[in-house]
Amino acid sequence: MAEIRVQHLRKAFGDFVAVQDSNFVVEDGEFFVMLGPSGCGKTTTLRMIAGLELPTGGEILLGGEDVTMRRARERDIAFVFQLFALYPHMNVRKNIGFPLLAQGMPSAEIRTRVEETAKLLRIDHLLNKSVSGLAGGDRQRVALGRAIVRRPKCFLMDEPLGTLDTEFRDLMVHELRELHNRIHATTVYVTHDQMEAMSMADKIAVMNHGVIEQFGTPREIYDRPATMFVADFIGSPPMNFLRFGGGLAKGAREIVVQGAKVAVPEVREDIAPGDMALGIRPEHIRFDDASKLRGAIYGTEYLGTTQIVAVETADGIIKARVPAEIRLATGDHVGLALSSARLSLFEKGSGRAVRTAIHDVASERRAQHG
Amino acid sequence: MSLTTAHSVVAPSGASKRIAGAIIIAYALISIVPLLWIFATSFKTPPDSIAYPPKILFQPSLEGYCNLFTTRTRQTPEYINSLGPATSFCDETTRKRNMVIAGPSNFVPRFVNSLIIAFGSTFCAVFLGTLSAYGFSRFKVPLADDLLFFILSTRMMPPIAVAIPIYLMYRELGLSDTALGMILLYTAVNVSLAVWLLKGFIDEIPREYEEAAMIDGYTRLQAFWRTVLPQATTGIAATAIFCLIFAWNEYAFAALLTSGTAQTAPPFIPTIIGEGGQDWPAVAAGTTIFLVPILVFTILLRKQLLRGITFGAVRK
Repeated sequence: MAEIRVQHLRKAFGDFVAVQDSNFVVEDGEFFVMLGPSGCGKTTTLRMIAGLELPTGGEILLGGEDVTMRRARERDIAFVFQLFALYPHMNVRKNIGFPLLAQGMPSAEIRTRVEETAKLLRIDHLLNKSVSGLAGGDRQRVALGRAIVRRPKCFLMDEPLGTLDTEFRDLMVHELRELHNRIHATTVYVTHDQMEAMSMADKIAVMNHGVIEQFGTPREIYDRPATMFVADFIGSPPMNFLRFGGGLAKGAREIVVQGAKVAVPEVREDIAPGDMALGIRPEHIRFDDASKLRGAIYGTEYLGTTQIVAVETADGIIKARVPAEIRLATGDHVGLALSSARLSLFEKGSGRAVRTAIHDVASERRAQHG
Repeated sequence: MSLTTAHSVVAPSGASKRIAGAIIIAYALISIVPLLWIFATSFKTPPDSIAYPPKILFQPSLEGYCNLFTTRTRQTPEYINSLGPATSFCDETTRKRNMVIAGPSNFVPRFVNSLIIAFGSTFCAVFLGTLSAYGFSRFKVPLADDLLFFILSTRMMPPIAVAIPIYLMYRELGLSDTALGMILLYTAVNVSLAVWLLKGFIDEIPREYEEAAMIDGYTRLQAFWRTVLPQATTGIAATAIFCLIFAWNEYAFAALLTSGTAQTAPPFIPTIIGEGGQDWPAVAAGTTIFLVPILVFTILLRKQLLRGITFGAVRK
């Protein structure tokens, strides 16, 4: 197993820049997820790490070794494809043993290794079956088996759960994470599904238009989104934004939104006057008639333990996640109280998050752990 | 009438099925009658073969096949009587016509030439076609579309238009009347078909298979051999049949460029007519035998042939 270090990685296809100046480090044994909408450059980045595409610029280091321009087969990595790419003309045993055959391993040893791997993935009863008859989850396990049988430096996975049914997907998310906990393999996992990313990742990079918008733990990304894109992409429903104007001064603890004063985490930098946005997660909104920030109920989605309530305010609809017991009727006027300590502030033009006290907590915590 | 939606296929009614069946039967009869005629003629005696009105029922005879495989000379009855007893069926039949067998005919060597040239050129065309189709399918080839069109355009010229230049060229190169020359020529004609057909099939095979193999430690060529080729067998078989049918049946180039040692069966069969009167049963016997290999090959690979007709549009 090894660490993956990506430095100033860039890929252009003609005029189109797919990946722009990417930098990140995946530490040894870490489960790293690249998350973003389709076309954001996450798969291209993964393919460059694999050696299936050559970068236009930058460096890729695997375990400290520069492999930027090396052939795929010289990198000692394993790749799990979205469509699994199981060879239809081979049975399960041959599929899993295929990478070992390339190394010229004696067939007796291949046999033992394949059987060990199959047992690990609980597919040992399928070894002599044809791959075309397998169910989605089992195909996925065979593809994983082909990857781990080699004990490579790292695993790269390109939306491996994308084609599975929801039922299988939840099961495989759990299995993948469990497998990772057992073998501690450095893993780079690409997905557009935030649920997969949040539930499996040690670290996440959120990408958009070829740029890494934020790199951090799932908690950091959810609680302290670095940009409005990340705030909007992560969370279901996503973060709400309320516009406000004017600048911010260092030390400010209050802003004015729609004529109502809202307490916010203490601002840590001076921001020149301009369009700003207040970011509020749906679960950080309570209904409180005393609040000056008001709106009318537009609709509700009942989810059992909670409900998502859409409230029409002067600045468009915002969604709140509130306990399911609260009875609400469309058209009711409500006051909105916000959990001040959890709010984010953004510059609307650049989409960048303003440094506030919530970031202190992060650095303090990091200092404690470090 | 059943209700139909945009995605449903209307089930054919009984009447339309019957009409379709009748059309197919009529067409099959029209196609098959000439073949049956040839097959029947090959078992007639020469007088029966030119009888008018034509004989539908007749006493079958192998005389045509005897004549096909032998050359004969006309002799006086005295000479024939002076010979010992006939040693074989063919001997006997020939003597009844006041002739004796002078030796084997050229049919067997010509038939063998046909086999060598047709199968040899098919192999070369499919081999080259598979590699180029893979290249066009997987790599960014500069001017790929123009090159593909150029490859196709080599097939547009009717053979007769290029026959004379090729004849002169082959004479200079010493390729005239050689099996190698004919294999090269048929390969050149067929490779365009092979590239186009196979590109369709290879495009259908996801790249992930080779990519997976290359990441797993194989070179591109090994990946191609172990993952792409096994999945392209359907397409390769279909392409091989098309190439074989062309090379097997080709007449114009063969008639012009081969006369002796490398002559194939198609230009040879008509020459039988000239030997000792119009020997239709021998011609029909030659044609019947000539049809056998292509028939066997097509029946063996008929599934692939049907898929081939869809030009790779359908994947398993």
